[in-house]
Formats: sequence, C-alpha cells, structure tokens
Amino acid sequence: MNSSMPVGKATPNEPILRAEGLTKAYENGAIPVLHGVSLEVYPQQTVALCGPSGCGKSTLLHLLGGLDSPDSGEIVVRGQPLRPGRMVQTMLRHHVGFVFQLHNLLPDLTLTENCLIPTVAAGVPRAEAMERLHQLADRTGLSHRLQQRIQKLSGGERQRTALCRALMNRPSILLADEPTGALDEATSRQIFALLLELVDREGITLVMATHDRALAARCDRLLEMHDGKMMDSAGSGARTAG
Amino acid sequence: MIFLRLILTNLSRHRIRTAISVAGIAFAVAAMLTVVTILQGAVGMFSSLLSADSQIVVFERNVADLFFSSVPQSAIDAIPTWTLVEHANPVLFGIVASPTQPIITCFGVTATDTRLTRATWVAGSDAAFRTAGQGAGGSNGADSVVLGERAAEFLHAQLHSTIALGNGHFTVDGILRTRNGFEDGGVFMPLATAQRFFHKQGIASVVTVKLRHASDAAAFKARMQREFPTLIALEDQEFNNTYSQFKILKATAWAVGLAGVLMGGLGVANTMIMSVFTRIREIAILRVNGFSPIQLTALILGEAAVVSFTGSVVGLGTGALAVMVLKSVPMLHGYVDATMSPGLLLAVAVLAIGTGIAGALYPAAYAMRVRPVEALRFE
Repeated sequence: MNSSMPVGKATPNEPILRAEGLTKAYENGAIPVLHGVSLEVYPQQTVALCGPSGCGKSTLLHLLGGLDSPDSGEIVVRGQPLRPGRMVQTMLRHHVGFVFQLHNLLPDLTLTENCLIPTVAAGVPRAEAMERLHQLADRTGLSHRLQQRIQKLSGGERQRTALCRALMNRPSILLADEPTGALDEATSRQIFALLLELVDREGITLVMATHDRALAARCDRLLEMHDGKMMDSAGSGARTAG
Repeated sequence: MIFLRLILTNLSRHRIRTAISVAGIAFAVAAMLTVVTILQGAVGMFSSLLSADSQIVVFERNVADLFFSSVPQSAIDAIPTWTLVEHANPVLFGIVASPTQPIITCFGVTATDTRLTRATWVAGSDAAFRTAGQGAGGSNGADSVVLGERAAEFLHAQLHSTIALGNGHFTVDGILRTRNGFEDGGVFMPLATAQRFFHKQGIASVVTVKLRHASDAAAFKARMQREFPTLIALEDQEFNNTYSQFKILKATAWAVGLAGVLMGGLGVANTMIMSVFTRIREIAILRVNGFSPIQLTALILGEAAVVSFTGSVVGLGTGALAVMVLKSVPMLHGYVDATMSPGLLLAVAVLAIGTGIAGALYPAAYAMRVRPVEALRFE
C-alpha cells in the first residue's frame, strides 16, 4: 500500500508534515480561526495539539489532512506542497488516516465492512485487505466482533474500529481529532494506549488534538494553541530520527 | 462487494421510499409496454386488414387517411385485367353510427374478397354478396349486411334481424368470425351497397392486389404510375413504413410510454435527492476515507440503477400480465397483439433504466460537491 507513493517521500531529517503561515477564516472572513500557524512534524513523532475549545485545533488538523484549504499559507506533506484535488485524494487513500472524536462509522454496516471502506476506495485487493483487517483486529482486540454491526458495539469498540479503519491502508500520518473525547476516563486511557502502541509499532506519525493534558504529556511534543495561534512547543522532538 | 453492499444498505435503509420508487418505474414500464403493445397490435391489425392475401395496396396519392382515398371505377375495373395480377379486391371504408354505438367501421367488399371467403361463418352466409351484388334487399326488403362476431354482440343483432346504421336499416344476412379485431367489430356490405350508402358511387378506398409473381411488383407500380398517376401502389411493408396514420399511432404509443417512464424517472430522482440530502455526513465519511468524486457518483448512480432495474423487471412482468388480461377481454378481442418482441422489451427496459439513472445525475453531482469538513460538522 505504501510502496507506491506518488506523494513525495520524507527522509528522517526532513519534516513529514510542514505548515507555514496558515490562516483560515469562516463566513467570508468574519470569523477568523487561524492566524499564521506554522509547524513542522518529523517522521514517527507523536505530537499533541492542546488548547481551549475554539482555538483552531480541529481546523488545523483538517487543513493538514487536506479536508479544507487554508486562506493563505502552505502545507507540505512528504516534501510536496499540498494541492486540492487529486493529490488530496491520493493522500487520503494512501498516506493520511483520520480518527475523529465521534467515530464517524457507518452504523448500518458491520465492523468489517466499515474497515474495508478505505481499501475499496484505494482499490486494495480484498484478500490483502482482509489480512490487514485481521492483523489490526488482533491488535485492537476486535477479532471476535468483526461481523457485528456498529450499532451493537460499545463506545470503546467503536473508537477502536475507527482506529482500525484509519490504519487499514498503512498511512504514514495519523491525524486524530479528540480521539478519546467522547469516552469515559478508563476507556479513554485504554484507547490512547492502544493508539500509541499502534503508531509506535507501525512507525506512524501522529498529530492529535486533545483537551486532555495527561494524554498530551505522553506524546513526544505538545503544541499549545490559543486564539488561532501556536503559542509554544514542549518536548524535544526526541523521536525525530537522526 | 462492499460497494454493492453500500448500495443495497442505502436502499434498504428507507425501504418504503425505495419501494415507492421501484413501483413508480414499474408502473411506468408496465404502462409503456401495455400502450405500445396495444397500439402496435392495432397497427398490425389494420395492416393485416389491408394485406389479406395481397402484396400491394393501391390508393389515392397524397391522402392522409385511407378513409378519404378515392380509387375510381376505371382503376377498379382495369387492375384485375392486367396479366401481372392474379386478383384484385376493391374495398370501400366507411364509418357509421348506430343508436347504441358512436363508431362502427364498414367495409364495402365484393363476394370474392378473402375477408369473406376465408372467414369462419358463425351464422348465415355471403349469399347476399353473390346475388345482390348491386345492393338487392335482404329477407325483409332492406339492404343486406354481414356482421363481424363482435359487432353482432355490441349491436345485439342476430341472423335476419334488422339493424339501424346511420340513416338506413339493414338486414343481417350473416355473422362471421375473423382473427382481425377491426373486422370482427365491423359491418360488411356489398361494395355497391356501401358506395350508395356512403354516396361514393364508383369509388373504392383501396384496391388490394395479389400479383402472379411477387417479383413483378416494380413493373406493377410502374404501370400504375403510367396509367393512373393520381393513384399510388405500395407493397405491404412499404405501406406499413410510410402510412402516416401508422406513424402517428406508433409515435403516440412511444410518446405516451415515454411520458410514463419520465414520470418514473422523476420519482427515482426525487428518491435519490432525498437519499443524498439525508446522507451528507456519510458521504463526507466516504470522502475522508479516500472515496473519489467518481466513486461517489458510481455509488449514487448504482443505487438508481438497482431501483430502475428492479422496477423494470417488475414492470415488464406486470405489463405482460396486463396485456394477457386485456387480450382475454372479449371486447378487445383481436385488438391486442400479445406478441412482445425481445427488442420491444429491451427498448422499454433500457429506456426505464436510462431514465432512472439520468434522474440520479443531479443528486450525484450534488454528492460530488460535498465538502467533507463542512459535512462532518453536520449532525
């Protein structure tokens, strides 16, 4: 899946994800959200975006993942400037996975069917996709729930399913928007531990928006946002190879 | 597989809505099939009425309707004498009303006309045509006629009874049965009687001609052109393809059917619009997971195709059933041609499925324009 990557390749010493001077406003500029945000994320780093509600964390994640376009500024993914259209589509299919606060699964489908959606979009052969699904289901403890409809899964199981789906096409970047925000504390800790374990095992770069400072502290870097600006950065970027 | 599952899941989510759309297409297809079949049957009947044991129809050039055609006595007399011709039968068409029926078709024919000689006689005989020829009275002094079996039913006539047609009274000297619905519902008069009754002395509407050799058709037409330039001779197939009334009937059938299918297509469009509008968030999820606009379009059009295909299958079955039922109705005996060619079935199905898919184009275009980031905020 990652073997054919039309979007450039990052090297350990280069950021896998770079944003420069991003601005974004809604309602024709009436509601400014981001004011010249810049950041660099290196391969296999785990980065937490912290800040109060409305500070622009989710908007920033959406811009980084190509779901929305900045009003100004530039985003470079794996060495190539992000352009709307086919490049975003390729990126979403092969290089970037999303996990949301609300799991955003299709409730009428089974766990298996939900997880196969990205592989259908990317044209992955079914046998290969099923092998990958079983692998992820084993790691997330969902092997016994594969044929269950989403409505019959618990909140934690649904979020684990969403995590599996995001990782199906072996993305190199995982963007998580409050992935544990809708879960109770115990489940939240479990899911976050699982998330860290998976990104570590698969060598994935994680950028996560969260309110939970305890979770954020377990990431390599913590980026503080306030009123659409990047305030400061904590952490050494120790996982930056090289 | 997942793609198909997505299609079926989306359709089964609102079963009633989907069922209504399927029913809309089904009714449209059934209506189209029924109308086209009946009108094609009518055209076929009229065509067979003219081509009974003949290859060529002679009628007045440039008339829109054969009822207004006038073939003069000189042609009626001359054509049978040509060596190319095996036999020729003049026919005068007329329309009359009776106290109970607003429209009855009358055929003025000669005793040698195959309509009489090949018919099954339910009662009486064609004696009046042989003896009277010139319109001599029947058993009670009135002019004689022969009725088609269905005409006898709706005129409540029996052998030797007197019936009122237009301003005249006629004695029923025979009742016959043919395989042609028009003829079965018609009144046969000796040609001379019909000419007098319709004030068309010495005139026939058409002359149907059987040649000794089919290959002589061109020579016959050339001679017609030379000797009777105000008349035209057409081979049966040629006539079927060019006669304006047939064209109008066929066009009407397809237009009515098409209107029905378009209504069905609008139903599918409505369903798909509703379906897309209520699935904005789901569409956004698919986009975030890598679905391209093309794949989303295929998904929406796939749903429309399933609805249209199912509706077409149900509609073809219902239409075939309706045609069979209509065919068994005595009043419509001979009017309904129950032979539905594979071409007709295919044309109706393709039209319905195509219209259904076309109806999904706007919803598909809308789905393509969905911006994931806005749609994900949509609860």
